[in-house]
Amino acid sequence: MSNQHNCENCPVHHRENLIRLGIAMDRVDYVVALAGNPNTGKSTVFNNLTGLRQHTGNWPGKTVARAEGGYSWGEKRYKVVDLPGTYSLLSTSTDEEVARDFILFGRPDVTVIVADATRLERNLNLALQILEITDRAVLCLNLMDEARRNNLEIDARNLSKELGIPVIPAAARQREGMPELIAAIEEVASGAYVCKPRRVKSQSAKLNHAISTLAGKLAADFPGLPNLNWVALRLLEGDQSIIEAVRSGDLGRLSSGVLSTSA
Amino acid sequence: MEKKTQNNHEDILSLANKLRWDQGGAFHDTVIESIYAEAARIARKTVQQTGTPNAYNLDLRIDRILTSRWLGFPIMFLMLALVFWITVSGANYPSGLLAGLLIDTLHPILKNGATSIGMPWWLSGVLVDGAYLSMAWVIAVMLPPMAIFFPLFTLLEDLGYLPRVAFNMDNLFRKAGAHGKQALTMSMGFGCNAAGVIAARVIDSPRERLIAIITNNFSLCNGRWPTQILIATIFIGGAAPAYLAGVVSAGAVVGIAVLGIFLSLVVSWGLSKSVLRGEASAFSLELPPYRPPQILQTLYTSLIDRTIFVLWRAIVFALPAGIVIWLVANVRIGDLSLAEHFIHWVDPVAMFFGLNGVIFLAYIIAIPANEIVIPTVLMLTVLSTGMAGVGSGTGVMFELDSIAGTENILRSGGWTLLTGVNLMLFSLLHNPCSTTIYTIYKETNSLKWTLVSTILPIVMGLIICFFTTQLWRIVVG
Repeated sequence: MSNQHNCENCPVHHRENLIRLGIAMDRVDYVVALAGNPNTGKSTVFNNLTGLRQHTGNWPGKTVARAEGGYSWGEKRYKVVDLPGTYSLLSTSTDEEVARDFILFGRPDVTVIVADATRLERNLNLALQILEITDRAVLCLNLMDEARRNNLEIDARNLSKELGIPVIPAAARQREGMPELIAAIEEVASGAYVCKPRRVKSQSAKLNHAISTLAGKLAADFPGLPNLNWVALRLLEGDQSIIEAVRSGDLGRLSSGVLSTSA
Repeated sequence: MEKKTQNNHEDILSLANKLRWDQGGAFHDTVIESIYAEAARIARKTVQQTGTPNAYNLDLRIDRILTSRWLGFPIMFLMLALVFWITVSGANYPSGLLAGLLIDTLHPILKNGATSIGMPWWLSGVLVDGAYLSMAWVIAVMLPPMAIFFPLFTLLEDLGYLPRVAFNMDNLFRKAGAHGKQALTMSMGFGCNAAGVIAARVIDSPRERLIAIITNNFSLCNGRWPTQILIATIFIGGAAPAYLAGVVSAGAVVGIAVLGIFLSLVVSWGLSKSVLRGEASAFSLELPPYRPPQILQTLYTSLIDRTIFVLWRAIVFALPAGIVIWLVANVRIGDLSLAEHFIHWVDPVAMFFGLNGVIFLAYIIAIPANEIVIPTVLMLTVLSTGMAGVGSGTGVMFELDSIAGTENILRSGGWTLLTGVNLMLFSLLHNPCSTTIYTIYKETNSLKWTLVSTILPIVMGLIICFFTTQLWRIVVG
C-alpha cells in the first residue's frame, strides 16, 4: 500500500513529465547514446523515448545511419542517438566503427546499453567493452517479458553491483521500465549517480605492464583522457583510427572536451 | 611548442610499436578471452534458469522446419508466391478504382476544362494527355501493389522470417562471391528495385554492396509482374491447349522469375571474379526469436518509408516522361510523327532480336516506370498501324479491360509467340527504371557503377533475345 503511494509521489510515474521532442533538438542539455547487440529492441527503446517511429528491423545492420531524436524531462532536454547494433567494438565492420567512434569521440553524457535479458552472457560481452571506453552508462535489461516466458530469473541488483552502473529491467514493447530508465539516465547525466564501471583486467602480466607503460605516457600527453587503458590497448593492437587520433592530436581535443562537460 | 607535442605523439606511437612486438601475436585473443570470461562469470552469478525455457524450444522447433535442408527452399518459394498472390490479386480492385477515378473520370474533366478556358490543343495535350496522364497511370498501377507488398514484406521481417531466408540462401550467394544478406535485398527487389537498392545498405563491404546493387535489377519487380502475366496469358497460354493454358502461363512467369534469380547469381559470380574481385566476407547472422509483429507500426513505417518514398520518385520522373511520350506521338515531320519515324527506322534492327520498333521505343520513353510500358506499347501500336476506333487519341496511353482486345491490337501490330517470349525476356533484362537508376546513383555516388548497372542488363537482354530468336528460327522455321 505504501509502495503505491511512493510511486504516485515519484516524478518518474507522471507521464506528463515526459515530453517527446521527436526531431526538434535545438538546445540540448545532455546527449544519450543507445548501444547494444542487434535484435535487443534498441530501436523500440529509442522510439519510446523520442516518440519517433524509427523502423525496427529484425536483422543486423538495420539501423544503417545514426538515428537521432530528442525528449525533454524535468527541465532538461536530451538528445538520443540510436547507434547501429553490434556484437563487439573490437573488430572493424562499419557498424562497429560508427558505434565505437560515437561513444569515443561523440562524448555522449550517458550511454544506454540495451541488453537482451534472455541472452545476457553474450550481451555482457559488448557491455563490458563499452564500459572500457566510457564512465557513464546505464544497462537497460530489455526483453524481460521474454525472459519471464522462458523462466529466467535475473538478479538486477547484483548485476548492477557487478557492473558498477544502474541496471533497469524493462520490456520496451510494453513500455515497461521506461520511466525508470529515464530517471536513471537523468541521475547518471547529472552526476547524482556516480558510475564505477568494471574494467576487465587481462590475465597476462606482460600485457598489463605494456598497457600501464603506454597509459602513463598517454596521461602525460593527453591529461584528462577518461579511458587511458583502453586507448593504450587499441594502440598496442595497431588500431588505425586511434593511431590517427593520437598523431593528429584529436585525442587531446577529446580529453579536454570530456573535462569541460564534466566540469 | 607545436613541434614538441607532435614529437611526443610520435614517441607514443613508436613506443606502442615496440611494445606490440614484445607481446607476440596472441594477445588480442587473450584480451577478448578475459572479457568473455568476465561476462560468463557475471552471467553465472546473476541469471538463474527456473523450470524449462518454453519459448526458446518452440523457436528451435520452428527453425528446424524453416531452415531445413529439404523444406527450407520450398517453404521460402511458397511464402514468396503467397505474398505475390496477395499483392497481385489484392491490387486489382484498388488499381481499378484509382484508374476509374484518375483516368476515366478526372482526365476527361481536366481535358474539357482545358478546352473551355481556351487552352490551345497542343498545350492541353502536353499537360493533360502527357504529363497528367502518365502520372495518373503511375499512381493507379504502382500505389496499390506497393501499399500491399511492402507492409507484407515488413511483417515477414518483423516476425523474424527474413533472417531465415538469408540463412537459407547464404550458401548460394557465398559461392557466387557475394554476401549472404544479398538474399534479402534480392527479395526486396521483387517488390521494387529502388527499395532493393536502398536495402543493400545492410551489407557492410563496399564490394559486396555494389554487387548487390548491380544485380538487384534481375529481381522481377512489381512493375514487371503484370506485364509478364499479361503477355504470358496471351501468347504462351494461348499457344497451349485451353485446359492447360492457366498452368502453362503461370509456369512461364515463374520460369522468368527463377531465370532472374539464376542470372543474378551468375552475374554476382562473374563480377566477383573480375572487376569486383574478392572473397565473400564472413558474417554472423543471428536468427532472432520469433516475435509477434507490431502491426500498426509496420503499416506506418512501410507506407511512409518505402511506399510513399518510391512513389514520389516515380511521379517526379513520370511527369516529364509523359510530356515526351505525347510529343513523340504528335510532333510530325512530313507525314509521320517522330514516333513513327523512329519505329520504322528501328524495326529492321529490332526484328533481328525478335522484338519490334514499338517495343524499343516504348522501353526508351517509358523509362520512369515499368508499369507504363504496356500502355505505351498499345498506344504506339495503334499509332503506327493506323488502327481506327481503338484507344483514346494520338499520344494517349491506354489499357484495355479485355485481354482479347489487347491481343487483337498486338497481333495486328505483328506480334507472334516469339515476340511474346522475347518481350518477357527483355522485360526481365533491360535497364532499371529511372527511379532505380537515380537511386543507384544516390547510393553509389558513382557515375561509372550507375552506368554499369544500367547498361549491363540491356546488353544481356539483347544477347539472350538474339540467340532465342536465331535458335527459334532454326528450330521452328
